[in-house]
Amino acid sequence: MEKAATVSPIAKTSLIGQRVRKPDAPDKATGKTRYINDMVLPQMLIGKVLFAGRAHAKIIRIDTSAAEKLPGVYAVLTGKDAAGLKFGFVRDNVALKDKVRCEHDEIAAVAAETEEIASRALELIKVEYADLPGVFTPEAGAKEGAPQIHDNFPGNKSLHFEFKHGDLAAAEAASEYVVDSVFRPHHVTHCCMGTSCAIADFDHNGKLTIWTQTQYPYNYKMDLAPALGLGPGDIRVIQPPVGGAFGSKLDVYPYEPIAALLARKTGRPVKVLYTREEEFKAAPTRQAAIIHMRTGCTREGVLTFRTADVLLDNGAYTSWGPTIPVIMMRTTSGHYRVPVVDFKAQAIYTNNPYAGSFRGYGNVQTTYATAQQMDMLADMVDMDPLEFHLKNAQKSGEVTPQKSFLRECALAECLETAAKACDYSAKRKEYAAQRDKPGRYKKGIGLASSIHNAGGAKIHKSDGIGTILKVDDYARVTVITGASEIGQGIDAVITLIVCEELGVPVEHVTIVNNDSDIAPWDVGVHASRTTFIAGNGTRRAAQKAKAQILSAAAKMLKEPAGTLELRGGWVVRDQCGTPVIELDRLLRRMHFQNEPELVMVTDYYEPNSEPEGAKHISDHSAAYSHAVHIAEITVDTLTGEIKVDKVTVAQDVGRVINRMGLEGQIEGGIAIGLGYALSENMRIEKGMLTNPCFRDYKLITAPEMPSLDMHFIESNCAEGPYGAKGISELPTIVIAPAIANALYNATGVRIFNPPMSPETVARAIHEKKQAGK
Amino acid sequence: MSVETEIRFKLNGREVSLKVPVTMKTLTMLRDKLGMTGTKYACGEGECGACTIKLDGKTVNSCLMYAVDCDGREVVTIEGLRTPEGLQPMQQAFVDHGAIQCGFCMPGMIMQADYLVENNPNLTREEAQRGLEGNLCRCTGYTKVLDAVDAVVEAKKCCGRC
Repeated sequence: MEKAATVSPIAKTSLIGQRVRKPDAPDKATGKTRYINDMVLPQMLIGKVLFAGRAHAKIIRIDTSAAEKLPGVYAVLTGKDAAGLKFGFVRDNVALKDKVRCEHDEIAAVAAETEEIASRALELIKVEYADLPGVFTPEAGAKEGAPQIHDNFPGNKSLHFEFKHGDLAAAEAASEYVVDSVFRPHHVTHCCMGTSCAIADFDHNGKLTIWTQTQYPYNYKMDLAPALGLGPGDIRVIQPPVGGAFGSKLDVYPYEPIAALLARKTGRPVKVLYTREEEFKAAPTRQAAIIHMRTGCTREGVLTFRTADVLLDNGAYTSWGPTIPVIMMRTTSGHYRVPVVDFKAQAIYTNNPYAGSFRGYGNVQTTYATAQQMDMLADMVDMDPLEFHLKNAQKSGEVTPQKSFLRECALAECLETAAKACDYSAKRKEYAAQRDKPGRYKKGIGLASSIHNAGGAKIHKSDGIGTILKVDDYARVTVITGASEIGQGIDAVITLIVCEELGVPVEHVTIVNNDSDIAPWDVGVHASRTTFIAGNGTRRAAQKAKAQILSAAAKMLKEPAGTLELRGGWVVRDQCGTPVIELDRLLRRMHFQNEPELVMVTDYYEPNSEPEGAKHISDHSAAYSHAVHIAEITVDTLTGEIKVDKVTVAQDVGRVINRMGLEGQIEGGIAIGLGYALSENMRIEKGMLTNPCFRDYKLITAPEMPSLDMHFIESNCAEGPYGAKGISELPTIVIAPAIANALYNATGVRIFNPPMSPETVARAIHEKKQAGK
Repeated sequence: MSVETEIRFKLNGREVSLKVPVTMKTLTMLRDKLGMTGTKYACGEGECGACTIKLDGKTVNSCLMYAVDCDGREVVTIEGLRTPEGLQPMQQAFVDHGAIQCGFCMPGMIMQADYLVENNPNLTREEAQRGLEGNLCRCTGYTKVLDAVDAVVEAKKCCGRC
């Protein structure tokens, strides 16, 4: 109390919407951070995988005797060592194969003292194959008499999805205009800068510890267990810092059980780390598909229906890729007010690489179609696309045909804000007028939007998160949470929220979130959910701790309850900000007294969303959000090269939490979307990847990044933490169709088969000219 | 195993000497022999810049350079940038401007950015973009990286006058 008198009143401030640094950034900037790729354990062996290098074949025989005799080799495993240990969504995968179904099928694995010895051992393994005819497109796989890839999936049929709503025939009859097109979104891959890595070690009780890059540690245990014949409870998951994930670590991939099988066989820790070439060939992809979409509208430009008939290239095994129709259908039915919907999707096994989850999860592909068809219809109605979009934009309180409840909907505000900021309508007219005039370089402007879940997605039984929060005797706060940090910045968000509630400095917060034996359950980092779900969990836990602290303070200091607050490391009187007692002193007094108490609270937060369900009619997310991108481009009509000059972004973020992290997520999301739109393409010929390196698989580089004008629309989501919504996928989703629409504005050309590479664009411009002659 | 040879060079200001296989790359030596894991492997083919180090003041891809070629030269890695007072200005600027997400490419990015500013105190944003073209990043979209570089250039200009 004596000391308090010398301290000035502490005014009420808020960190919400401020710029907070990532707590792990200093160590990352100095090279101190020990990523999983950098880890070395005592006695650790190096595991390497022998890939098939052919698309479809029988394995006649394998001779591993020479490899086994090589000094320094500790184990050689083949298909027989993993026989029957099926894993994956439909249990169609196994760590080591007895048949080749795709180029990167894992045929054998070795553990050796060094990488050099392991690589030499792989060369000594002799495999005799009998090649089989392959299936390289979903159309070919669906044909009668096509080669069978899995014996137990007749017709090569994998997952199937359907959703129907309303009277399609009547809607078609009421349509003045119908646009009908086939889109062919391509294979791209995550290109995490840190290549795939796992380290496995068994203790003598048979418990597996696996150091992994996973972004879903708890369901990961469940998914990994059958690949090893273990129970999920026998697995401890530790998540060291990772070099990116973007959805690629949302499933178990064979190198992980392989590391564990080698560890079990050798009794030593085993590390498997991919080279970049292995990463390109064996890491998951974004799902390639063929989307036949039709959209109709009335003469006045009111949408009447939308249909989508989707054929997915399943690849050789079923990971998250073929499940994307869950989101594809939400976009088909919910991207603008669509009264009648007919969606169906069928995944067909092929001998191509298989797809996992990738930021945007099906919505990248679908919005490439819906957002172009919106532009095409506006053209047919002869209406400014902005007006057309506004006419069909939902408002707060509307419910989509699949029962997504758009509680706070800021689509119209996003559209108006973005269009006004870059003078969209005037530029569009001006550029369209220039389109057929002479001149090599053409300018174009294009508008696109999309909708995405922004409060998780209840595709599992629960979409919740557990949080444990303790405040120690020195007012240092530890948050033990299921929320994984994969670079996206949840560490900064959690820190910010703790400081907002407990009035402690950011340096006094520690987050423990990388050990499944310590941290409580969470679904994982996906579905733009972590700020929303973990933000709510952290806030609730911090508020419980605060209530306990303030109640003790009121009692101890004989101050009226409800008049105290926590600010700047002090308990203060809320009204005037007068400091009453330092927080750490109070905490020690609470602890070391006759009725001692420690501040340690738990919380389990489950969002108010509904399970997805087999019929897909449910309010599956606790929030939905929209983003609008307007791209301004210059097209070189001779070379087909597109330069993106500027992108105006208006996104409904609910409420800004960490402004710096939010900007970074939008900038980075757009960069991934730009690569998808313009240059990235896995060139797969008869199942074989022909460009497994950065030279031939072109990522966006610093000079290609356009200037960004970002507008954050704050719709104040009632369920979100402080009003926030999830934000990280929409930037990747919306940019490609905005560029496609700008390309049309500039040249009159539409690209249905991305990427809009120079070759593709130049050819389309040339063909348009030829057709015009 | 290949033939080994002894080399001596200066690493982050300290003399080191060790035996390395003649076929070993500098990146492998730094990471596996010397425990300097700040320098990253991300492609091994000189296409991504994650392994960028300074050799006699110039940046190189350490994955492309044989370890024996370090002999008699001066090598600075990301660990060597840090000053006794704490983070070096470029490192600090990357932290302050939110340029670091997963951070895996950042040691190389920071080395290259530092080299660019060292050699061109009037570095423009466009020149920085060009100069960082060989450093790939999958998280950030480069915008905040360029903001950080701009800030260092501005700060240096100010200090030069006073």
